[in-house]
Amino acid sequence: MTNIRHGRAVLFFVVPFGVLFALFYLVPIGYAVVQSLYVVERTGTFGPAREVFGGLVQYQRVFSDGPFWQSVGRVLAFGVVQVPVMLGLALVLALLLDSGLVRGRRFFRLAFFVPYAVPGVVAAIMWGFLYSPNLSPFTAVTRNVDFLSADLVLWAMANVVTWVYVGYNMLIIYSSLLAIPAEVYEAARLDGAGQFRIAWSIKIPLVMPAIVLTTVFSIIGTLQLLAEPQVFRSFSSAVSSTYTPNLTVYSTSSVPNFQLAAAFSVVLALATFVLSFTFLKATQRRGAL
Amino acid sequence: MLVMGVCTVYFLVPIWWLFVGATKSRDQFTSTSPLWFADFDLVGNIRELLTYRDGVFLRWMLNSIAYTGGAALLGTLLAAMCGYALAKYRFPGRETLFNVVLSGVLVPATALALPLFLIFSKVEATNTFWSVFLPSLVNPFGVYLARIYATASVPDELLEAARLDGAGEVRTFFTVSVRLMFPALVTIFLFHFVAVWNNFLLPLIMLSDERLFPVTLGLYSWNTQVNQLPQLRGLVIVGALLSILPLVVAFLFLQRFWRNGIGAGAVK
Repeated sequence: MTNIRHGRAVLFFVVPFGVLFALFYLVPIGYAVVQSLYVVERTGTFGPAREVFGGLVQYQRVFSDGPFWQSVGRVLAFGVVQVPVMLGLALVLALLLDSGLVRGRRFFRLAFFVPYAVPGVVAAIMWGFLYSPNLSPFTAVTRNVDFLSADLVLWAMANVVTWVYVGYNMLIIYSSLLAIPAEVYEAARLDGAGQFRIAWSIKIPLVMPAIVLTTVFSIIGTLQLLAEPQVFRSFSSAVSSTYTPNLTVYSTSSVPNFQLAAAFSVVLALATFVLSFTFLKATQRRGAL
Repeated sequence: MLVMGVCTVYFLVPIWWLFVGATKSRDQFTSTSPLWFADFDLVGNIRELLTYRDGVFLRWMLNSIAYTGGAALLGTLLAAMCGYALAKYRFPGRETLFNVVLSGVLVPATALALPLFLIFSKVEATNTFWSVFLPSLVNPFGVYLARIYATASVPDELLEAARLDGAGEVRTFFTVSVRLMFPALVTIFLFHFVAVWNNFLLPLIMLSDERLFPVTLGLYSWNTQVNQLPQLRGLVIVGALLSILPLVVAFLFLQRFWRNGIGAGAVK
């Protein structure tokens, strides 16, 4: 570590990113907050629209907006089920790959990771076809179970997200498993611990930071759910234009009601920030004990 | 082993289905077994896709490559420089800067899309290449990773030695530090590449001119029209297959780098 002597070099390194970060992260957040404090007023029905300061009027609308809170509840339910299933599967696969019980590790690692290369929109289009009663290769299933019905479509999307991201999360956990020094296992083996015991008492605690990281990203991803429901709208009439919070933002802004959409954005960003931050802090405290 | 087999089927069958589907003619797509080939006509289908409406699909692919490749390359460099400075220099406001950037990781990018649209429309720059490209450059998580990697892989003694040899700080960064951080930078680049390639909301909100669409938005717009124009269905299938290829190629090509780098982010 050196001192401020290299001030000019530091500026050279930091300023380009700093400026872009300010312009395309901080300014938009500030602008969204400002916009959300305005309302559009018209004189008469067809009079010219004026933006006037409205205080927290938009937020009152956000908080009394039934469909928006339904969509929040929907993504929370989605997250509570999908995130543990996805990460549990990722963890099990990573442990299996790492256990030495499996041959052909390179192949499996790659096979599980391939779906991550499929963009969310494209994955949703593919699965939309796979679910459809007529085109699916699994017509025996899809003719009897309507995955695109109001009851199941949320879980059909959960499957798409799981399919795309299991391999990615598995790889993050797997590479932190690889970072554990071999001596740790030898000691445990000498003490007579079996594979399962080693996985449970040694490996899982040691890869906890990786699991926390993947969980935070999954929480953020869940609250942002957009591409999948947007695509599924053309496969299923059960997906409304306010199906997820982000869809609400999008459809409100195309009304257009930018001020209300901005207020939705602010609430959503805050909620995401608070949730992921709380999760980080909670796990850190547990780790410190 | 059984678990692995079942999972392999789960992960690969949809891709196999897509590949098989892309080789079939329109009639065969619905009338023959979806998981096996009929008349193998992948080349013909690709030709049809590339010539449809004056090759708009090819344009979308090139757009995606321009948005993504450019943003990921430049964005990785900027993130590397900033993360490197945060790791290797002591300067006022360092902790504040790091915390602000780290908070940026937790702010969902989609929450920014709408305000970005409003700002760009103030300066009448929506529906341009730059309106999607510029915001895509910023990658706070890349800064976070770069800081970790720089701390881990660039020894202070080496920097001191370079200073004694009379090399400037910036020159040392580009000749010595970047090389040491290279595997890590590939990882940041790949993650950034995937994030921008998959980005959907920002182009959806910003762009109305079809000729500026990235491939994801283009395929999406075709897919919404499938009910009116059934011949688009085949094109969507072939297009989906082609849209996956660049990422698969990038991953395979850079595999030995990201395999080593990917775990470091979680080691605090």
